[in-house]
Amino acid sequence: MTIKPKKILLLGSGGLRIGQAGEFDYSGSQAINAFKEEDIRVVLMNPNIATVQTDEKRADTVYFLPLTEKFAAEVIRKERPDAIALSFGGQTALNLGLSLEKNGVLKKYGVKVLGTPVSTIRDTEDRELFVKRLKQIDVKTARSRATSNVAEAKKAAEEIGYPVMVRSGFALGGEGSGVVRNEKDLVAKLSEVFRNVSQVLVEEYLGGWKEIEYEVVRDRADNCITVCNMENFDPMGIHTGESIVVAPSQTLSNAEYHGLREVAIKTIRHLGIVGECNIQYALHPSNGDYRVIEVNARLSRSSALASKATGYPLAFVAAKLALGYTLPEIKNSITKKTSACFEPALDYVVLKIPRWDLNKFENAAPRIGTEMKSVGEVMAIGRSFEEALQKALRMLNIGAYGLTAQKNDNFRIPDYADEIKNPTTRRVFAIAQALRDGVSVEKIHDMSAIDLWFLHKMQNIITLEHELKRKKLNPTLMRRAKQLGFSDAQLAIIKNTNESAIRILRKKLKVLPVIKQIDTLAGEFPAETNYLYLTYHGTENDVVPGKKQIAVLGSGPYAIGSSVEFDWSSVQALRTLKREGYGTIMINYNPETVSTDYDTSDRLYFEELSLERVLDITDFEKPQGVIVSTGGQIPNNLALKLEKNKIRILGTTPENIDRAEDRHVFSKLLDSLGIDQPDWAELTTLAAALQTAEKLGYPVLVRPSYVLSGAAMAVSMDKTSLVKYLKRAVDISSDHPVVISKFIENAREIEIDGVAKKGGLVVYAITEHVENAGTHSGDATVVLPPQRTYIETIRRAKHIAKGIVKELNITGPFNIQFLAKDNRLQVIECNLRASRSFPFVSKVTGYNFIDIATRAMLGLDVAGNYRTLELDFVAVKSPQFSYGRIKGADPISYVEMASTGEVACFGDTYSEALLKSMMAAGFRLPKKNVLVSLGKEENKVKLLPGIQTLVGMGFKIFATEQTAEFLREKGVKCEKVYKISTAKHPNVSDLLEKGTLDLIINIPTRAFQRESTDGFTIRRKAIDMNIPLLTNRQLADGFITALAEQKGNGLKTKSWEEYR
Amino acid sequence: MKLYLEDGTVFEGKSVGASIKSGKQVHGEVVFNTGMVGYPEGFTDPSYAGQILVCTYPLIGNYGVPDLKTLESEKVQIRGLIVSEYCEEYSHANAKMSLGQWLKDSGIPAISGIDTRALTKKLRERGVMLGQMSEGTATKTFNDPNEENLVAAVSPKKKKVYGDGAIKIIALDCGMKENIVRSLARPGVTLIRVPWDYDFTTEKYDALFISNGPGDPTQCTSTINHIQAAMHDSKPILGICLGNQLLALAAGAFTYKLKYGHRAQNQPAIESTTGRCYITSQNHGFAVDTKTLPDGWEEWFSNANDGSNEGIRHKSKPWRSVQFHPEANPGPTDTAWIFDEFLKSLKTV
Repeated sequence: MTIKPKKILLLGSGGLRIGQAGEFDYSGSQAINAFKEEDIRVVLMNPNIATVQTDEKRADTVYFLPLTEKFAAEVIRKERPDAIALSFGGQTALNLGLSLEKNGVLKKYGVKVLGTPVSTIRDTEDRELFVKRLKQIDVKTARSRATSNVAEAKKAAEEIGYPVMVRSGFALGGEGSGVVRNEKDLVAKLSEVFRNVSQVLVEEYLGGWKEIEYEVVRDRADNCITVCNMENFDPMGIHTGESIVVAPSQTLSNAEYHGLREVAIKTIRHLGIVGECNIQYALHPSNGDYRVIEVNARLSRSSALASKATGYPLAFVAAKLALGYTLPEIKNSITKKTSACFEPALDYVVLKIPRWDLNKFENAAPRIGTEMKSVGEVMAIGRSFEEALQKALRMLNIGAYGLTAQKNDNFRIPDYADEIKNPTTRRVFAIAQALRDGVSVEKIHDMSAIDLWFLHKMQNIITLEHELKRKKLNPTLMRRAKQLGFSDAQLAIIKNTNESAIRILRKKLKVLPVIKQIDTLAGEFPAETNYLYLTYHGTENDVVPGKKQIAVLGSGPYAIGSSVEFDWSSVQALRTLKREGYGTIMINYNPETVSTDYDTSDRLYFEELSLERVLDITDFEKPQGVIVSTGGQIPNNLALKLEKNKIRILGTTPENIDRAEDRHVFSKLLDSLGIDQPDWAELTTLAAALQTAEKLGYPVLVRPSYVLSGAAMAVSMDKTSLVKYLKRAVDISSDHPVVISKFIENAREIEIDGVAKKGGLVVYAITEHVENAGTHSGDATVVLPPQRTYIETIRRAKHIAKGIVKELNITGPFNIQFLAKDNRLQVIECNLRASRSFPFVSKVTGYNFIDIATRAMLGLDVAGNYRTLELDFVAVKSPQFSYGRIKGADPISYVEMASTGEVACFGDTYSEALLKSMMAAGFRLPKKNVLVSLGKEENKVKLLPGIQTLVGMGFKIFATEQTAEFLREKGVKCEKVYKISTAKHPNVSDLLEKGTLDLIINIPTRAFQRESTDGFTIRRKAIDMNIPLLTNRQLADGFITALAEQKGNGLKTKSWEEYR
Repeated sequence: MKLYLEDGTVFEGKSVGASIKSGKQVHGEVVFNTGMVGYPEGFTDPSYAGQILVCTYPLIGNYGVPDLKTLESEKVQIRGLIVSEYCEEYSHANAKMSLGQWLKDSGIPAISGIDTRALTKKLRERGVMLGQMSEGTATKTFNDPNEENLVAAVSPKKKKVYGDGAIKIIALDCGMKENIVRSLARPGVTLIRVPWDYDFTTEKYDALFISNGPGDPTQCTSTINHIQAAMHDSKPILGICLGNQLLALAAGAFTYKLKYGHRAQNQPAIESTTGRCYITSQNHGFAVDTKTLPDGWEEWFSNANDGSNEGIRHKSKPWRSVQFHPEANPGPTDTAWIFDEFLKSLKTV
């Protein structure tokens, strides 16, 4: 008995943010495939325009709308779906579904919830209910009390005994949770938390216990299996999203593994979940006692990882189960012969390591703990732990060569003990340092509670490093080194030679990797799987080279600046290649992606995007060409090196890619073309830098010439700040030159995304930023078609683009960024690859830029009359920030990118699109009370009309001292509040405490500078207390105008189709 | 140390278990198991008698070896072990010694550093093969352990009684795993554990249990005769693994050798009445040919992957058996209810 709805509403997860990243593009996309296979119409609601799931010909109807109850209810009223799927869009979709159910919307329109019933979801989400339900079947949970105010929490903590763990219910990624060691800290922490949530759990502290997770699948007939178990390298106390995770578990005995499995199945059956879920445990390291930590009744980041780790398509199967299929009725889509009702057997080790970008935020603490801060993750596959570990550390793309033998000094950690005891994002490197310094594994275990098993494996790597230093690289030693995951580059460092010399030697010694398949059942049955990895623990390849293939290099981990948009681009390239009759090879290692799905390419190499590994693969497969221009900067950086190794790069030649990348060459090129650019200079001494800055005139933009990971850009307003930056942030020297360029104030930014073929422009889209220059393009609010840019400017930008396209003989995608001020256009950046706005411009204009680019690279005819300026609607793309997760970071727009994702919405007018887009990124429209603090005079003057508009609309304005005086002078009614730092009342603190503010407009006094002032405190409070915040003048202005224009018109619930 | 296969293939790796004297070889049938945990339990399963075991999971020895009393028999039953990587530095609170030490103490050779996936694929494609482990060369002939009476070799010589409950169960020990004893010897039960060829027909008993065990079931003719006698008396019968095959043979059905057997902890078995699918632990090379089941019998379970028999039952008599291991150890515990139901049914006898 299957349930065959005619139409399903699928809720997506919105913009990527910390705790909820691209994994839901994977799960939503698989769900759509599973539903479409049954001829069910799918309506998708997701404002994340950079996802694959929102592509044409996936869902039947797509709504790029905020994931709020109001819009969802409208979509339901309009579309009348007979079922809704809540478990494929993370916590966002689940919470939205719960509120739709609670408020009777689903009942009113007769919408059935697919899969796990709402009552079960509530049982898993409400901690008190959860504990009660598990108690019914004698399953142990951490001793815990649900509390709804600080007094209750104090009492509970006393009963349980400090230290205690506090967790907030209904939160994604453990937001607002942590270890509390005394009453004082408890009160301080909870006063903040109770503002956002109604319930906080005070729990028994389980620090040092092992953390284990099972992915469980259950069907309506009560068949129940565990698809994968995973063990955290970091014991309890570190959020699982912050932990290094290995699959399957390594240190569990049969009794522990199957004991926890039995509890998992018993629990999931009792709760009545239908579909996929995960269950997390704490396991006592010696006596085998356990506690169930939580059950997530939906697809999660862990399930995406488990799916990629085992090859079992969890989201696809969950979707089928939601339709009423039973597990035995579903085939294993990897083997196509065996049943989906089985538990994968792995014959390899999988390791996940989180990717953090905390160094992008000046004040953010690098400590990791019970709250999630990582922005992405990598997954490595090997046939030994050491092999997987060193692969994974390289995959992070943070400059690490592996666990040891590093090229740069970032991984030397003299004070390793502190970072091992109080974990930071680089604890694994601190352990390596300790081992190198001769600290015993037992001592490290005592400091960290990390199981000795893992530490011994790390010790093996360090021991071999010592041996490699002493001995000649004979075949045995070379093989041993490769089996422990040493890259050729690491060996080159140890042996003081270069990478290619090692490669040549290694080939001579016949030490070569073999290609193995991931087939879900350890070779027991033949499988036609395309899912591959390389290892040195083997003597035989599982596959033979394919024919007429092209390889696409993927984008690596999600990080700030490299997000789902590059996965989207890679997936589009694969599709076009396939359609044009090529066999496709995908190389990528990010488990949260669609590009690494089993049905996206003909061959998936879940492997490193390093020169060594790509050459290993191309040596074997001999593809006709490689595409490096769709996966962002990681593959782009490989172009020249690959070409030097005789690999054919499709599209723009690597020489020309390099001409655009090399600042000196590109600058000369612009000069020769007569194209304007901001003045700049590369300098190696402090004196020269200061002299140049003086000459250019402050403010100046300064950055390291060679951007290693995390190295920051900054705007210096004066000599003092420049000296501070040069001394502290970059340590200027001849080895570390810096680039200083004139920073142009009050300039606007526009961008061209385009595709060219053989030096001729084929299609382009021009977008404008709402924020002025100084806001990183990834953090800007982007408008298409442009609303405020003169036709003349557009024409000139196009002309410049044509010149560059011709000079660099571009074939494929490109992006050029311009500064526009007083009729003057300057080029500030040019990338000969797809940019982050490609999915946006493709979906807004209706032309798939990557499809066109790929066909151009294949030499196919792409000529056409592409109309991208005359659109009957406006689309706005907004950044999605995760400041709530980055404690201590200043939430202002800046030259360094800080957003973790983006969303986009359409509107009949610019105002409508802007409001919707901002709401889709989590902004709530104000109802009554607005606090303004406008900083310098220029801001006050420029925002005055806006504030007047707000007053006119009936908003009550509170203003900080000087802003209030200014406003009163101009006759604007407002209430004055004193700064936080004064003892006078009412001050900003009083206002915040009252909790009645709907919006805070706080423009930093000194633009583009991070500062620790009252302004910072207000902004930070706004984030921590979840009050909508505007910190950019242009955006604030645009927002107020839009709000006024839109008042009474309503925000329309129109599908993508209806705009086109 | 080397592993020689009968098709001429040779795998060479590092010796991590007992050494083999020069000029000597250890013979066995080379089989693979895909379980990811439970090597101490697995290696002590008497059903492995005569076999050289290949572990497809690449890291073996991670958590050492626990107290031997918690395992499945008193000694290591495999003849040899082949792994990809042997873990030198084990880590577990319950570990008493390393796997390598245990194997050395038990005189069992082991080779590490083998491409076990390549070896597994070979066994899958060609079927299980005979093999030899040796520090030097191989002998020309490969001894087939299935020609030996392996059951006789692993079965106890004497009867042993557990408990003193009212319900008396004869357990035919053809190589019975200890966890079966733990599963059956509950309060209210007298479990009489007897050798494979023991004639229990003259004793007073309420039910018969037929255990797992190694090798070809057709070797156990006397056991089959005794089972037929029990059937004649309409005694309730439960069989596991080899017990499933022996019950089928006693009923008049036939068994055959699988190409490469089922040795895993993830085998899906579908119950024929309810359609429910259970994840089961398995270790067998022979199977019951369902088509040959005589009238009155039916398939109880079947394998969801390859359709092979996973259990049989009589339509009216209290006779049933399963091919998988409800006692787990190693493996999933999903089908432990089979013991519960068997014991419950006896209370009404």
